[in-house]
Amino acid sequence: MPDETAALTLSAQNLTRRYGEVVAVHQFNLQLRRGEVLGLLGPNGAGKSTTLRMLTGNLAPSSGGVEICGIDLLDKPQEAKAHVGFLPEIPPLYFDMTVDEYLLLAARLHRVPKEALTAALENVKQRCGLEQRSKHLIGTLSKGYQQRVGIAQAIIHNPDVIILDEPTVGLDPNQMREIRQLIRELGTASSVILSTHILPEVENVCDRVQIMHQGGIVFDQPMIDLRQQNTSLEAVFTQLTQ
Amino acid sequence: MIATIIRKELHMLFISPLAWLLLALVQLVLAWVFLVRLDAFLEIQPQLMQIANPPGVTEIIVTPVFAVAAIVLLMITPLLSMRLIAEERRNRTLTLLISAPVSMTDIVLGKFFGLMVFFSAITGLIIALCVSLRTGGVMDFGLLLSNTIGLLLTVACSSALGLYISSLTAQPAIAAAGTLGVLLGLWLVDLAASATQSWLHYFSLLKHFGHFNQGLIDTLSTAYFILFTVTFLVLTIRRLDGERLHG
Repeated sequence: MPDETAALTLSAQNLTRRYGEVVAVHQFNLQLRRGEVLGLLGPNGAGKSTTLRMLTGNLAPSSGGVEICGIDLLDKPQEAKAHVGFLPEIPPLYFDMTVDEYLLLAARLHRVPKEALTAALENVKQRCGLEQRSKHLIGTLSKGYQQRVGIAQAIIHNPDVIILDEPTVGLDPNQMREIRQLIRELGTASSVILSTHILPEVENVCDRVQIMHQGGIVFDQPMIDLRQQNTSLEAVFTQLTQ
Repeated sequence: MIATIIRKELHMLFISPLAWLLLALVQLVLAWVFLVRLDAFLEIQPQLMQIANPPGVTEIIVTPVFAVAAIVLLMITPLLSMRLIAEERRNRTLTLLISAPVSMTDIVLGKFFGLMVFFSAITGLIIALCVSLRTGGVMDFGLLLSNTIGLLLTVACSSALGLYISSLTAQPAIAAAGTLGVLLGLWLVDLAASATQSWLHYFSLLKHFGHFNQGLIDTLSTAYFILFTVTFLVLTIRRLDGERLHG
């Protein structure tokens, strides 16, 4: 369980995003502590991906602010982004590169010091089970391995905040289990935001659940409370988003 | 950070056969032009001996080679610049660069200089071709230098333009067609301008290159090239930033 006194890694205040007249995300608030795994749920089009894009600096909010490890994302985007690892819905992979080349590029882009490059590369390949695929072209890998490369890219610089948008899509049950195990491991040292449609995944992995619906948060509770009340996440989800 | 992106762009360029094919084709075309001019020079050499102050080997061979090179490089720029941003957007890989602690300026300049390194390699090959003349005569290195500077400035303009057009779309083919269209337009302005001697010729890339081609490092032309390049680089940065803001 996250300790209440643990350092805040990510805090978002009143994040709002409009596309013309349409409000995609409305007054999104979030405080995330080190060692916390947050599950972000919501039906399609609820604004999850827009929120994640704002939290990673891919999209500027219409109003509101984001602080990562106490650094304002809008004022000092580069310093703040150095603490974030992001796996978007579609992994940003260069299919013509080998796994090693791609991960080295990701490490350099995220300012991993030169002397730590090899160590970081070996470590992340071992964690994501990519040792045997070092010299393979990413384009020839199966969907599951491509997803792993995407995750490896997001954690290679040991970020304090890891944001994963549907990381287990297209994986087989064994791979899903491995990835969940990995997310739990990551959750001990960093904060993780996990956006997904798979409810058992959240029940398994997360410490806290937020449900988004029509751009706003409609539910925010620690998993442990849910378990105590003996309510199923599925019942809550259906009730709030239908 | 810019170095990382330049390195990545060159890596992406040289793992595709396109770059090697273009290098080979450009060299083939220019070597052919070079040999034709060399042949012509050898034919008229006896007559040149009778003129007082005859044009040298550099003027007769190197200048036309560079004039052709400028046109050839303008025509291949769209092929190389089209994928720079459009393809990243199409494959959703731009997110990797934007999520990383790298500024938009670094991304755009990295991509631009990556392309310029490739064009410098082509220019290097052309220079090597021309310097081979030294085995049989004396060269005017000043003229060679002004041609080199002119060629690099001209391709800097077309690269910046190509980069900007690539940032407008997610379809590399549209980016290529758009860039080719604008570059052809700028070339046609040259023909129209030489007919009318109007203000139009200030906008012609090749007209400005012509000064360098004749060995004249003209301040106005240099300023034009630099302004052109900087304008389109700034537009590209603004375009990508705007996407983040209004997206």
